[in-house]
Amino acid sequence: MLSLTCPNCGVTAEETEFAPGGEAHLKRMGPGADDAAFRDYLFQRKNPRGVHFERWRHAFGCGKWFHAARCTQTLEVFGTYTAQTSSVPDDIVAAIKARRPDWELDQ
Amino acid sequence: MSARLPGGGLLIDRAKPLYITFNGRKLRAAEGDTLASALLANGQTLMGRSFKYHRPRGVVASGAEEPNALLTIGSGDTLEPNQRATTTEVFDGLEARSQNHWPSLEYDVGAVNAKLSRFLPAGFYYKTFLYPRAAWKHVFEPVIRKSAGLGPAPDRDARDPDTYEHFYVYTDVLVIGGGMAGLAAAEAAGAAGARVLLIEQAAHWGGRALVDDMTIDGQSGPDWVAGKLSALRAMENVELRNRTMGAGVYDHGYVLANERLTDHAPGADGPRHRLWRIRAGRIITATGAIERPLSFAGNDMPGVMLASAVRDYVALYGVSPGDRTVVVTNNDDAYQTALALVGAGLNVPAILDARAAPAGPLIDAARSAGIRVETGKAVASVNGKTHVQAVEVCDQAGEGTALETIPCDALAMSGGWSPVVHLWSHCGGKLAWDADNAMFAPDPDLPPTGADGQGFALAAGAAAGALMAGDALASGAEQGAAAAMALGHEPRDPGKVAAVEAPAQGPMAPVWLMPQGADIAHRSKAFLDFQNDVKVSDVQLAAREGFESVEHAKRYTTLGMATDQGKLSNINGLAILSDALGQPIPQTGTTTFRPPYTPISLGVIGGEARGPLFKPTRKTPIDGWLDANGAVWEPVADWRRPYALRRAGESTADAVTREILNTRRNVGLLDASTLGKILVKGPDAARFLDLVYTNMMSSLKPGRCRYGLMCTENGFLFDDGVVARLSEDSFLCHTTSGGSDRVHVWMEEWLQTEWWDLAVFTANLTEQYAQIAVVGPKAREVLERLGGMDVSREVLPFMGFAEGTLGGIAARVHRISFSGELSFEIAVPAGQGLAFWLACLEAGADLGIQPYGTEALHVMRAEKGFIMIGDETDGTVTPHDLNLGWAVSKKKADFIGKRAMERADLVRPDRKQLVGLETLEPRTVLPDGAHAVEGARLANGMANMIGHVTSTHFSPTLGRSIAMALIKGGAGRMGEVLEFPVDKGVTIRARVVDPVFLDKDGERQNV
Amino acid sequence: MSEAVSALGGAAYDGAVRVEDAGLRGMITLRGDLCDAALRAAVRDVTGLDIPGQRETRLDAERGLVWMAPDEMLILVPHAEAEERVSALRTALGDAHVLCANVSDARAVIRLSGAGAREVLAKGAPVDLSPAAFGPGMVRRTRLGQVAAAFWMTGPETFEVVCFRSVGGFVFDWLVAASAPGSLPGHF
Repeated sequence: MLSLTCPNCGVTAEETEFAPGGEAHLKRMGPGADDAAFRDYLFQRKNPRGVHFERWRHAFGCGKWFHAARCTQTLEVFGTYTAQTSSVPDDIVAAIKARRPDWELDQ
Repeated sequence: MSARLPGGGLLIDRAKPLYITFNGRKLRAAEGDTLASALLANGQTLMGRSFKYHRPRGVVASGAEEPNALLTIGSGDTLEPNQRATTTEVFDGLEARSQNHWPSLEYDVGAVNAKLSRFLPAGFYYKTFLYPRAAWKHVFEPVIRKSAGLGPAPDRDARDPDTYEHFYVYTDVLVIGGGMAGLAAAEAAGAAGARVLLIEQAAHWGGRALVDDMTIDGQSGPDWVAGKLSALRAMENVELRNRTMGAGVYDHGYVLANERLTDHAPGADGPRHRLWRIRAGRIITATGAIERPLSFAGNDMPGVMLASAVRDYVALYGVSPGDRTVVVTNNDDAYQTALALVGAGLNVPAILDARAAPAGPLIDAARSAGIRVETGKAVASVNGKTHVQAVEVCDQAGEGTALETIPCDALAMSGGWSPVVHLWSHCGGKLAWDADNAMFAPDPDLPPTGADGQGFALAAGAAAGALMAGDALASGAEQGAAAAMALGHEPRDPGKVAAVEAPAQGPMAPVWLMPQGADIAHRSKAFLDFQNDVKVSDVQLAAREGFESVEHAKRYTTLGMATDQGKLSNINGLAILSDALGQPIPQTGTTTFRPPYTPISLGVIGGEARGPLFKPTRKTPIDGWLDANGAVWEPVADWRRPYALRRAGESTADAVTREILNTRRNVGLLDASTLGKILVKGPDAARFLDLVYTNMMSSLKPGRCRYGLMCTENGFLFDDGVVARLSEDSFLCHTTSGGSDRVHVWMEEWLQTEWWDLAVFTANLTEQYAQIAVVGPKAREVLERLGGMDVSREVLPFMGFAEGTLGGIAARVHRISFSGELSFEIAVPAGQGLAFWLACLEAGADLGIQPYGTEALHVMRAEKGFIMIGDETDGTVTPHDLNLGWAVSKKKADFIGKRAMERADLVRPDRKQLVGLETLEPRTVLPDGAHAVEGARLANGMANMIGHVTSTHFSPTLGRSIAMALIKGGAGRMGEVLEFPVDKGVTIRARVVDPVFLDKDGERQNV
Repeated sequence: MSEAVSALGGAAYDGAVRVEDAGLRGMITLRGDLCDAALRAAVRDVTGLDIPGQRETRLDAERGLVWMAPDEMLILVPHAEAEERVSALRTALGDAHVLCANVSDARAVIRLSGAGAREVLAKGAPVDLSPAAFGPGMVRRTRLGQVAAAFWMTGPETFEVVCFRSVGGFVFDWLVAASAPGSLPGHF
């Protein structure tokens, strides 16, 4: 069972306090988007073995959303960061590269 | 015959006798006994029958690894099958029964299976019972069910009287295992200043230090353990828990441990078991090692035991397993057993050592003690029916030709030791093959890793492969210090290592089959897995039949399954498999180690969550009154709501009819407190609600209400409710009863993760208010009698709201209607909800006011054709499908779900659309969910289904049945008669009509 | 005018620790920019207390401030004062973008007192409740068994546990079960 740190309230808590929200940094497709882009927005999700960016909500705590950079294979957590961003912050990228030198950000 | 020795027994108190029963026979035991030692003390070596062949079985081991001595403990409400006699502590009055035999343990009809063993090979179940197919249901399955399982299940009316609980603990270092290594590790980590929790599965501490021949820092093993325990207990940052088994290691240093509090003291206060949910910075697995059996014919006969177990019974419980014990071994360690037996005054006719030329102090000591040591020898077979009577000796290098018969009544075997790597392995720790000791041990370079990517587990002592006492102790101290250091503590006295004196041991020699060239007759009586009756020949057969993966071979043969999960059998089994496949053991690998280490009770997994605490039920402020006034409860999301309020002598259906008619004629009262109420406030609140709702909310005037719909991004309806605009920048959004949390979370998700530029705050005020609906032609009169607000048509028109006080209670009164009647929904502070409810009842008493429940609510809304989320919607239904296109704005540039509604599939004319249905026979009510069929059958033989019933009721108002349904192209089918086949040969015919059955113009509510 | 009643109607239980209805409590949810000077001043004027830091509480005999989230404060006042305090806050904050709502009746407050109070809570809350990790002046929002709850300490051996009103009875019963005689683990 994972242990995550909520960057909003600073609590490090076990997974049962959190609710998962799937892949982070999706770009919303609204009216005007073509069918393919809209389909991808609704259904197409990355499923990497390795570094992944996820949305989590501190459901039983402060109620706030945040993002986590995590390895889906080893469950290593590289960092958690604000949900009010559309891209991965530089310090998170650096933290991942420190542990996974061959990894490149793919956005 | 096994018996209590006149002396010895470190763990028992002979001055405190107590009495237990075994199969109804009263036996004397001593405080401190396990059930196994107590039975042995009474000469009871036969303890059960094996699972498949019903072979007589006795105790093999002295601890958690025991595969055979599984007994049923207790009776009635406390009956528990399959309890290991070796880990069950006795108490006065303990009832134990042996299992898997009929009519008795001694004379078991099922033993005929052993004669048929030739016809019950590996994979028997997969090869048999295939044909004829009909036999499965009537013959095979009942027979298999009857023979499945060992012990009996508790009676169906039995109820566990005990309590169980969970307990969350955070610690720096968790040490699992209270033997030498664990004690040393806890001391080292504690001395460095780390918070330490040390747990031990048994009631006693010290592991093999209590039994094996050693001195530590000049003290005897037991004295050293006692001293170490008092030192640890004096450390404030170290906690010790015995009877607490490390059950499983999980991600990020999470550990489950099972504490058994009252198993040995039934009736004591407090929970029976406690599940410790531990999060540790570092975990030290000091779980020891388990001795391996040897695979020879008849190795499952009662009286054949592990060599270490034999000396445990002598040293710890003062019990001799037999008067004459032959020892058979491939290592020096078992010589300690021979010496211990001789030291206790018992006879050891011979030590059979499979090695050609063993040498060392233990061998010398055995010879000096006058024990006959035969090298290069093996057990060819064991003589006896239900107990060892003699062993046939042969050359280990041969095929089993008997050279000599040695009479004996016990046989102590040792095939070497296997570290207990389960907890290390649960979360991904890797193993390495140690060829010298023929065992898998933790690979210290590949531990399980945690959130920071670093290893979080360290193995210590025998569990790390350090089998010798001195090495184990040093390893414990070293790993304890290392764990503390990894967490930022400074170890003290890192160089200090206890001086251990123990006899040196020479190399062991792997012996996977005894004798080496055993023929099929011997191999098919050489058991690998005692619990599942898996023999050497079964694993070899599995390999020949192509089950080459160890995981496949496990499931095909059942090797290593069931309650012991192969603690004794795994390594021997995979050695046989490797040999059959002609590959080295490390290439075969192990099966996956899964928690729990030993079985834990379902009760403790549930913890406090049982009975009334199984699941939270949300209750409104009116709940107690409703419960006392005939409520027939039904669950609505997490709430309970009254389906109807039954009067004395009334059926539920009659109550519903009465409630509906009374509400339509007079006035009804509904507890609507469960409806969600979400405050949305801020300069961008209107803009935000325009995005969240399909219809326009920004055009709503303060003081007015509007019905709104919410869709997902897929364009499907997921909640609805009335929005009241409290002020220019504040809205109160009502949701469905099940939707209050979901909708609030939904709004916050969009505000926090997509539209964080919008200046909007939300608050879930659902439970701040009790909401009470006063409904019916006389509703206004009730409110006027309460007084305090002008609720006239002019001042408070339909879809308006007003704030004020009613009957002296602060109230917000909404003129909204879900029944089609004149209706007021009044929100009052929850703490005054019941008072307001009672005031309404009193004010309306002579007007005929009556409370009504959810079924009356459902029928009345169906009469009006109002949809209900969850009835008319199922996650694939759009507003347009429900004729609610009027509530979907065409003006707004964007809202959640708008893009999806442009998809071709969502604008198809033949989508399922909401219609009303009237059965041609008006008293017949369609079943909920009934399917309408049309035309010829499909190519696959199924009927052509064109839709289904979503709501169906008998309407007392209209005196006929009414229903709503989602029907393909329903909008174009008005007047058509559809067919609903509902039962064998029965078809109900119903006409498609407008779903608004009552008061189409809304005149009743507009008064 | 009828008097308000608490969700638990004064229930109390004495087991391994004492579990009791803490009674009516005025509560105000304030959402806004907690760093904003005007907001901080308004809160101080109305409650007499300074806004606490992350996951902290400020409590006096009658009033309190509890940090709930980076943009949310729970204000504790006597129950009868809640409405007027809400009005006072709204007046003081004027046009600022805040949400201020009376939620006094939305919750149940349960007091847990006794030497074993930490251990009773630790049976259901996945939180490090050792004295070194949690003490007076701190608040933790988490779950208690299956229910969302928050708690803080009002003394060395006293907790106040807050949950939604609809599950107040359930949480009370849960705490009673967890406080059964002889059930304290004796860990802390």
